[in-house]
Amino acid sequence: MIPVWAQFVYLLCAVGFILALKGLSGPKTARTGNLIGAGAAVVACALPFTYLDNMKNVPLILVAIAVGTVAGVYGARTVQMTQMPQMVALFNGVGGGAAALVAVLELDEILPQGDSIGWFTLVATAFTIVVGSVSFAGSVVTFAKLQELMTSRPVVFPGLPIAFGGVLIASVALSVVLVRGPELWIGVLLALIGLVFGLLLVLPVGGADVPIVISLLNAFTGLTVAAGGYVLSNTVLLVAGTLVGASGTFLTLLMANAMGRSVANILFGALKGGSTLGGGEASDRPVRSATPEDAAILLAYADRVIIVPGYGLAVAQAQHTLRELVDVLTERGAQVDYAIHPVAGRMPGHMNVLLAEAQVPYEQLQEMDEINGDFKEADVVLVVGANDVVNPAAKTSPGAPIYGMPILNADEGKQIIFMKRSMRPGFAGIENELLFDEKTSLLFGDAKDTMSKLLSAVKAL
Amino acid sequence: MSIAIVWLTIFVLSVFVGIEVISKVSSTLHTPLMSGANAIHGVILLGAILVTVHIEGPGVIVGLIAIVLATINMVGGFVVTDRMLQMFTRKKTPRATTTGGAK
Repeated sequence: MIPVWAQFVYLLCAVGFILALKGLSGPKTARTGNLIGAGAAVVACALPFTYLDNMKNVPLILVAIAVGTVAGVYGARTVQMTQMPQMVALFNGVGGGAAALVAVLELDEILPQGDSIGWFTLVATAFTIVVGSVSFAGSVVTFAKLQELMTSRPVVFPGLPIAFGGVLIASVALSVVLVRGPELWIGVLLALIGLVFGLLLVLPVGGADVPIVISLLNAFTGLTVAAGGYVLSNTVLLVAGTLVGASGTFLTLLMANAMGRSVANILFGALKGGSTLGGGEASDRPVRSATPEDAAILLAYADRVIIVPGYGLAVAQAQHTLRELVDVLTERGAQVDYAIHPVAGRMPGHMNVLLAEAQVPYEQLQEMDEINGDFKEADVVLVVGANDVVNPAAKTSPGAPIYGMPILNADEGKQIIFMKRSMRPGFAGIENELLFDEKTSLLFGDAKDTMSKLLSAVKAL
Repeated sequence: MSIAIVWLTIFVLSVFVGIEVISKVSSTLHTPLMSGANAIHGVILLGAILVTVHIEGPGVIVGLIAIVLATINMVGGFVVTDRMLQMFTRKKTPRATTTGGAK
C-alpha cells in the first residue's frame, strides 16, 4: 500500500504534467512548461525508493537508469535539427517498447493470484502489450523511412490487406484468450504479434504522411502508459498517459487537417490499393532555368519579396545564408516575409524551429492564412527547397494525392524563382505545374551553394 | 467494481484536460509540443521501476531493459524538447554556429 503522503506527491506530479502541456502550448511559457514536466517526471520516478520496503535489484536499477540517461542525453544533444522528427519517433518507440515489457512482467507477477485477477486488469494488460509493441515497431520503421535507411515510398505487397486483417484478428482473439485464461506465453506471443502489426501498419504509409504517423504513434504510447497505470494501480501513469493519448490524438487531427488528409486515408489508403504517392519520376518537359545573376537582378529591384522555405533549405543548411540574403534585401528597402506552410519541413512547426535557429526575426515569419492574400502583391516569390506546399495541383486536380491540401498561393506572384536540386518531384512524388509556368525561373543546384552565389550577386549590384 | 469506476472517472476527466490544454496551440509549437508530450509518457520509467524492484530470476534482465528504454524516452525527450525551445527564446547573437552541437 502506498502511504498517503506519497499518493499526495504523485497527485502533484500529475498536476505538474498538466501544467507542462499547458505551458508548451504558448511560446513564452513553453520552456518553463517543459522544465516543470521534467521535474515532475524525476520526482515521480524517485518516489518509490522512499516508501517501498525490501526492494530488490536497486544497484542494477540505478545502473540501468544511468545507462539510459547517458544514451538519451547523447542522442538528444547530437541530433541535427533537420532530423528532429525521426529522433522523436525513436524516443517514442522505446517508450512504447518499455510499456509492453512492463506489462509482460506484470502479467508474470499477477499470475499466481489465479482467478482473483480482475478481467479488466487483463484487458488493460493485453492492450498495453499489443499497442506498446505496435508503437515500438511502427516507430522503428518510421525512423528508417525518415533517416533514408529504407525507401520513403509506400511498401505494399500483394496480400498485405489480408495479412493486416489476419494480424488484427489474431491480436484481438489472443487478447480474449489471455483474459479468459492468463498465461505468460500468451503475453509474449501478443508482444510478437504487436511487432508484426506495427510493421504492417507503417510500411504502406508514404513519406509525406510519416509525420502524422509519428504523432499518432505518440498518442498510442500515451494510451499504453495509461493502461499500464491501471495494471500497476498507479494514478500518475494513468493521468500522464491519458493526457498524452488525448492531446496526441488531437494534435494528430490538427496535423492531418493542415495537410488536407484524413488519418484513415493515410493509414489504410495504400491497403485499399490506391497508392498514397505519385510516380516520383523526374519530368523532361522544358523549363526556364536561370543563373544566380538573373535571379539577383529580379530580387534586388523588387519592393515586396515573399520567401517560401521548405525541407530542401534545411537539408542543405542554407537557412543562415538565406537570412543574410534577406538582411541585404531589407537594407535595400524591400519588404521581405517568410511564408510558412503549416507542414513545411517534415512536421508542423518544424520550419519555424529551423528558421528560429538561424535567428530569423520572429515577426518575419508569416503563417499561411496571414500571408496567402499577399502573394498577388509580391514582385518575387522565392521558393527554396519547397515543392508540394506550392503545387497548384492541390487546388486543381482531384486525382492528385495532395488534392485538398491547403497550399501557399505562390503561383499568384508576379515572378517566381524556384531553387531546386533537380527536376525530381517533392515528397509526395507528383509533378508541379508551377515549374512550367512562364513566370517561373529555376535555379538548379544545392540550395546552400546557389544561395551563396545569389547573395554575392545581389551584393555586387 | 466501484474502484474501476474511480479509475474510469480519472481517465475520462484526463481526456478532457488533455484536449483542453492544447486546444489553442499555434502550429509553430506543434513540433515541440509533440516532443514534449512524448517526453511525458517517458514516466513509464516509474512503472518499469515498480515492477523491477520485486522480481527475481531471469525476468530482472527484461525489467532492466525496460528501465533503459524508458529512461531514454524520458530524458532524451525532455532534453531534445528543451533544445528546440531554446531556438525560440535565444537572444539575438551575431552569428550562429552549426546545427550539430548543443547550445
